[in-house]
Amino acid sequence: MTDPFNCMPKICEGGVFAILTFLIQYRQMETITLESQLFQYLITGVTVGSTYAIVAIGFNIIYGVTEIINFAQGEFVMLGGLIMVSFHVALGLPLILAFLATVTLVTLVGMLLDRLAIRPIRRPSVLTLIIATIAASIIIKGAAMLIWGKDFFDLPAFSGRNPITVLGAVIQPQYLWVIGFLIIIVVILTIFFNKTIIGKAMSACADNADAASLAGINVKRMILLSFALSAGIGAVAGITVTPISLMEYDRGAMLAVKGFGAAVLGGLGSFPGAVIGGLIIGTIESFGTGLIHSGYKDAFALIVLMVVLFIKPSGLLGSVEISKFKRF
Amino acid sequence: MLRIAKLPIAVFTVLIIIFPWVAREISAISHYTDIMVFAGIYCLITIGLSLLMGYAGQISIGHAAFFGIGAYVSAILTVRYGLNPWPCMLIGMIVTAVVAILVGTPSLKLKGHYLAMATLAFGVIIYIIFNEEVEWTGGPDGMPGIPGLSLFGFEFDSVVRYFYLVWGFVFAAFIFTINVIQSGTGRALRAIHASEPAASAMGVDISRFKIMVFVYSAILASLAGSLYAHYLNFINPSTFDLFFSIKLLIMIALGGMHNIWGAIIGAGLITFLSYEWLYYFEELEVVVYGAILLIVTIFLPHGLVGVPGIIRSWFRS
Repeated sequence: MTDPFNCMPKICEGGVFAILTFLIQYRQMETITLESQLFQYLITGVTVGSTYAIVAIGFNIIYGVTEIINFAQGEFVMLGGLIMVSFHVALGLPLILAFLATVTLVTLVGMLLDRLAIRPIRRPSVLTLIIATIAASIIIKGAAMLIWGKDFFDLPAFSGRNPITVLGAVIQPQYLWVIGFLIIIVVILTIFFNKTIIGKAMSACADNADAASLAGINVKRMILLSFALSAGIGAVAGITVTPISLMEYDRGAMLAVKGFGAAVLGGLGSFPGAVIGGLIIGTIESFGTGLIHSGYKDAFALIVLMVVLFIKPSGLLGSVEISKFKRF
Repeated sequence: MLRIAKLPIAVFTVLIIIFPWVAREISAISHYTDIMVFAGIYCLITIGLSLLMGYAGQISIGHAAFFGIGAYVSAILTVRYGLNPWPCMLIGMIVTAVVAILVGTPSLKLKGHYLAMATLAFGVIIYIIFNEEVEWTGGPDGMPGIPGLSLFGFEFDSVVRYFYLVWGFVFAAFIFTINVIQSGTGRALRAIHASEPAASAMGVDISRFKIMVFVYSAILASLAGSLYAHYLNFINPSTFDLFFSIKLLIMIALGGMHNIWGAIIGAGLITFLSYEWLYYFEELEVVVYGAILLIVTIFLPHGLVGVPGIIRSWFRS
C-alpha cells in the first residue's frame, strides 16, 4: 500500500535538522557552551513556531466566521512553498513579483475550496464539514504530487544564507524573515478586524451570523473572504519557511495538525492565543528534538495538543463561554 | 433502521460462502478471493467504526492506530517470543482495549472538531512510535517472518482457507453488532447521537456508552490487525498511517455510516478500488479518493445505501 499521508520525519525535513547540522559543523571550529546551545534551540523554536502561529491564525479566521475547522489549512502552506518555487526558481520571476503571484494563486485556491467543497453541502453538520475539508486536503495534496512530484524543493533565502552569530547561536537571516512576516500579519490583521468595515463585518459574523445577516452583512461573502484570507496568509507562511526547511507535497497534514495544536493551546478563536500557542509549540518541539529524541520530532506538538484537549480544551486565552456556546 | 431484515443477511452469507468457488472457475477474477480477504479484514474495522460514527455519532480519525497495535502485538509476541498466535491475538485485543480506555475516556468528553483532532493526533503519535521503537517494531523496515495461523493441526495456509476464517470473524462481528444495535444499547447510542442532553435526561449514562462503543470498535480493529499480520506474514508502519484512518473514513462515508450494511459495502468497494481498479490511475489514486469522499459528502450524505431511498423519492415526486 502506498502511504501518501506519510508523516515520518524525513532526513532533510525541518529547520531543526538543518540547525543540528550547523551545530555539528560549528562544534568542530569552536566549543559550544550549554547556554548557547539552549539559546540556539530557542531561536529555532521561535522560528518554527512562527510558522505554526500563522497556520493557527488561518484556522482562527475561518473558525471565527464559520465554526469550521479547515483540515486543509496546511495544504495552503505547502502550496505557497511549491508555487513560489515554480515562479521564482523555475520561471525566474523576481522575488517580490513571485511572492505576490503565489499569494494571489493560493488565495484563489482557498476561495475555490469554499465554493466547491463547503458551500455545496446542503445540510452541513460538524461531521460532514470535517469530512469535506479532509477530502479537499487530500485532493490538493494529490494534485500537488502530480504537479511537483515527490521531491523536496529548495528556495533561495530572501537575503542570503550567511548566518549571524548571536551569543554563540547561529541565526540564519531567513529566520528573521519568518518572524518578521508573523509580526506583519498580526499587525495587518489587527488593523483589518478593528478598523475596516469589512473586517468588522467579519467579526460580526463570528459573534453571531444570524444577527450579522439581519444587519445586512452578506454572510456567504464573508465566509468566502475568510477562506481567501486564511489561504493567503498560509501561502505567506509557506513561502517564508521553504528556504529553511524545504518543501514537499505531503507536508500539509502535519502542519495543519501542529497549527491546530497551536490554535487550541492559545484558545481557539483567539488571535493573541494563536501567536503564543504557536511559539510555545515550536519551542517545545525544538527543545524536545534537541534534548530528548530527534525521532519523535513530530510527536511533541501532538502530545501537547492531546494534553491541552484533555485538560483545558478552552486553551490559555480562549473563553470557556465560547467553547460552550459554539454550536458543537 | 432498528430492525435489520434477515433475508439480506442470509443472501449475503450464501454469496460469501460460494464466492471462492465461483472466483476459482473464472480466471479473470480468480485473484479476487485474495482481495476479498483484505476486504473482510477492513470490514471488521468498519463494522465497529460504523457503530461508533454512524450510530453513536462520535468521530474517530485514529483507528489505524488500533489496527496497528493489534498487528504489532501479534507480530512482536509471535516473532520475538515464539508464542502461539491465538493467545497473542487475544493479548493484542486486551492491550488495545486498555489503550482505547485510556485514550477514549478523556477524548470522548470532547466533541466535533476537538474529538476529530484528538483521535487524529493519537493515531499519528502511535504511527511515530511504530517507526521509532526500532528494537521492538523493526522501525520503517517492518517485521518479516510472522507465522501463519493454524487451529488443532488445521493450517490456514491457503487463500481460500484464510478467506473463510476472516469472513467467519466478520460474520460473528456483524451478528453481534446487529444485536447491539437492536438492543437497549443501540437505542441509547442513537439517543446520544440525536441529542446528548436529552439522552442524559432520560437516564442514559452517556460517557459509559460512548467509551463502550469506542473500545468495542478498537477491539475489532485490533482483531483485524492481527489477522492482517498473520495473513501477510509481514507488516511495516506505513500500513498504519494517517491516510489509512482517512481511508476507513472514506469506506464508511461511501457505504453510508448510518447503516451497518454501509460498512460492508464501503469496505468492499474501497478495497477493490485500492487493490485492483485504481491500479490504472497510479499517481492519481489520492485525488480519486478525495474526489469520491467529496462527492459522497455533497451528493450522497447517506452513502450508497441511501441511493435506493433517493430513487424511491424521485419516483414519488
